[in-house]
Amino acid sequence: MRPILLQGHERSLTQIKYNREGDLLFSVSKDHVINAWFSHNGERLGTYDGHGGAVWTVDVNSSSTLLISGSADNTAKLWDVSNGKCLKSWEFKTAVRRVQFSEGDKMVLLVTEPRMGFPATVQIFDVQNGATEAVSSEPLYIFHPEGPKITVAAWGPLNKYIVAGRENGSVALIDPQTGDIISTNMIHEATLTDLQMSTDRTYFITSSKDKSAKIIETESLEVLKTYTTDTPLNSAAIMPKVQEFVVIGGGQEAMDVTRTSSRQGKFECRFWHKILEEEVGRVRGHFGPINTIAIHPDGRSFASGGEDGYVRVHHFDDDFFTFKFQI
Amino acid sequence: MFIEFENAEQANLAVKLIDGFKMDKSHTLAVNRFTDVEKYAAVEEEFHAPAEEEFIEKEHIRSWLADEMGRDQMVVYRHNEVQVLWNMQKEQPQIAHNKSHWTETYVQWSPLGSYLTTFHAQGVALWGGESWKKIIRFVHPGVKLIDYSPNERFLVTWSNEPIVVPEENYDGPFGPEDEGNQIVIWDVKSGALLRSFPSLAPQAPSGRSTVSWPVFKWAPSERYFARVTPGSQISVYEAPSMGLLNKKSIKVEGVVDFEWAPTSGTDKSGKVKDDMLAYWTPEVDNQPARVTLLNIPAQDIIRTKNLFNVNDCKLHWQSQGDFLCVKVDRHAKNKKITYSNLEIFRVREKDIPVEVVEVKESILAFAWEPKGERFAVITTSDPNFTAAVPGSTTLKTSASFYYLDKGKGKDTLQSFKVIKTLTGKSCNTIFWSPKGRNVVLATLRSQTVWDLEFYDLDFEPLESAAAKVPTGGEKDPAAYLQLLSSGEHYGVTDIEWDPSGRFVVTSASVWRHTMENGYQIWDFKGQMLYKETLEKFKQLVWRPRPKTLLSKDQIKNIRKNLRDYSIRFEEQDMESSSLVSSAERQRRRQLLEEWSNWRQRVEADLVSDRAAAGQQVAAATAEDEEAEVVDEWIEEVIDEKEEIVA
Repeated sequence: MRPILLQGHERSLTQIKYNREGDLLFSVSKDHVINAWFSHNGERLGTYDGHGGAVWTVDVNSSSTLLISGSADNTAKLWDVSNGKCLKSWEFKTAVRRVQFSEGDKMVLLVTEPRMGFPATVQIFDVQNGATEAVSSEPLYIFHPEGPKITVAAWGPLNKYIVAGRENGSVALIDPQTGDIISTNMIHEATLTDLQMSTDRTYFITSSKDKSAKIIETESLEVLKTYTTDTPLNSAAIMPKVQEFVVIGGGQEAMDVTRTSSRQGKFECRFWHKILEEEVGRVRGHFGPINTIAIHPDGRSFASGGEDGYVRVHHFDDDFFTFKFQI
Repeated sequence: MFIEFENAEQANLAVKLIDGFKMDKSHTLAVNRFTDVEKYAAVEEEFHAPAEEEFIEKEHIRSWLADEMGRDQMVVYRHNEVQVLWNMQKEQPQIAHNKSHWTETYVQWSPLGSYLTTFHAQGVALWGGESWKKIIRFVHPGVKLIDYSPNERFLVTWSNEPIVVPEENYDGPFGPEDEGNQIVIWDVKSGALLRSFPSLAPQAPSGRSTVSWPVFKWAPSERYFARVTPGSQISVYEAPSMGLLNKKSIKVEGVVDFEWAPTSGTDKSGKVKDDMLAYWTPEVDNQPARVTLLNIPAQDIIRTKNLFNVNDCKLHWQSQGDFLCVKVDRHAKNKKITYSNLEIFRVREKDIPVEVVEVKESILAFAWEPKGERFAVITTSDPNFTAAVPGSTTLKTSASFYYLDKGKGKDTLQSFKVIKTLTGKSCNTIFWSPKGRNVVLATLRSQTVWDLEFYDLDFEPLESAAAKVPTGGEKDPAAYLQLLSSGEHYGVTDIEWDPSGRFVVTSASVWRHTMENGYQIWDFKGQMLYKETLEKFKQLVWRPRPKTLLSKDQIKNIRKNLRDYSIRFEEQDMESSSLVSSAERQRRRQLLEEWSNWRQRVEADLVSDRAAAGQQVAAATAEDEEAEVVDEWIEEVIDEKEEIVA
């Protein structure tokens, strides 16, 4: 399995996302740039320029027409995927840490971080006709969620909830209309670093600095599976097809790494059997911690973005598809 | 004379300071408290026998030896959790006992494995038996180091805090004579304090100022223990009376160190011989350095050997006390180049002949084969080698194995000869199997290399086994030395053979670094059986076993019929492995089933929810569009040439 190395960023990656068909890969980084790539050969389709700070987060709608990004320059921007035009820029008081299109693409969810006296907010904007009409500057809903800082968030099934992962390791279900916290559960011992939904959003995977990743049922917030590793984790993704695997990755933070050995830092993508909770393999290559992992929607390839500024796209070999776990 | 003090403390202080003060040769001042008079007047005249305590049967402290599968135990200490585990070879070790916060600093087994010692601020506690109950505890505040006598009868504890005996209402073990002492000797069975000793004052800055432990070294008979006062004397004490042998220390000008012979042996009539110790003194003025063998308690000097140009000596006894090897670090006349010699005393022979094995290089490590006549040395001539900072750089080393060539006939001299020298290595430590024959050479405490090499010294090549080399024929010992396998354990810090000599544990402890802490179990052939990575892993120690009760003949008999036994054990192994895997399969099947049931339920719920919400069910599942096949043609012009065709 030879990876394709995407060298389009000068600083560490913060998030990568495939579109629904998986032919495009979007990557955002601390170097202010948003890149779009052809996933099958690693050719760059283009960039979306305009942010003046580290871009923390990105998402693309299911028809691959609209792209949304959130940045440390206190803005979130809506882009036209096809031509790179900025359609809308929302200005906030603080940085935008997480964005996501809702199921059906009618709304977007934005999470801004608390800073310098400004409280954290969860805001929902209407982007229903974003491609053709001007988008409102006013949110549909704005909440000031109580409790610990929200680090990651995602829409639940049928947009019934917003699932928010928080700094203290807990996960909360938030009502997207009232902002009420429906339920919370203490899942991890340290801050959540990633939260990715399964295809039908009935369960999701979390990764945490406490060195574990967990699969959680959305409705009940019950922990179904736990994958414990030996290194702080930054990202976790569920393989939607082909194999019942999850891919998790992380690595010691730069300040904790005492020696420049890539092995020492544990900068590997680890494959675990989702149901049996057993590690099945590792893919190494990054020489810094892995910050973000995404899996192709048809399970043919996966990509990882690292602190080292590279995105590595791996197309699985044939034996990956024929692999059967011994039972 | 009566003196009244303001308060009780002052009075106590006065008693402490002035009682027993010598006024002159024949007059001593005695000071007593006035209340003592009342106290002793009130002592009852009649003796009351104390109530007899009911006998409580104790657990068998060697119960683990009765394990059906003959497995060995080990103790694993991680974070603040201590586990006693059964070695399961390839499987995850089975927990025999498990307790968090069992110890505060580290754990230590007694030499025969009967007790597990845990360390606490107030002292040490000994645990054992099947249920791992506390057997006894020894109060010694601030205890840091302990040492057992060879047969677990006595325990020596050392604390960096001098003992302070509180004045009032004190029911601890210490009396006024223990005040200020740092070393205590206890009777393990009764828990009684036998005697306490002061620590020797730290040496001059030029000398080693750290505590060298054990301070008291025990003779194998357990009848004597001794300590050295560097530069002046060796003090031999008798056990259990704790008195100084012959009431005086053995004065040895300049003595640096000594070692007891590990077994005293028996003479022809079967009577146990005297214990023996060896010590060495460095060069002083015009006197040469000297190694001396001394009989205890007779204190007869059995043998001395003078040595010249000596920098340092290390005494290595072979495990049965048959040989004493003195590793001598020498300097050439110009005092610049150092090299090492081995002076081997053949203790069992008449007049104790000494053989000198010249090694041109500096010796990093030396180890006798347990119960054998072979030894291994690791040498280096690397210019980076400085004895002061071991392990700072990875050195180029060579490893040599030596054997005792018996010679032929009676006249030829026996001598130690090289079996083989392996050059271009980086190893710096030698770990012999406790049963001899197998040895692991390892590179420890290096920053970049973590090599392990497993050797067999009696390897029988298959062809020669078939050809049956005639016994007594000329054989090359090097042909029997075989590298079985080499491996690597990233970040390894410690290595230990299990007491049976079948398994080796390599571990990476958080005490030295925080990289990939945990342990690996290998078999003697160098195959890795099991690996466990544990956050904050600190320590793994095999539980020692007591000496075998089988006679030599019985062992020989077992060896002869090994084939029959091995068939039985192989069957057992097969059985247990298939048992495990079927249980594992069962577990996996169940997990898969649970998951698919849960998925069915959740998916059904989702469909009904969608319907209720008025959304199209199809909308979410309409992802079955035909996958688009992208054909990509890449044309690359490698070379273009134009040729005119005629």
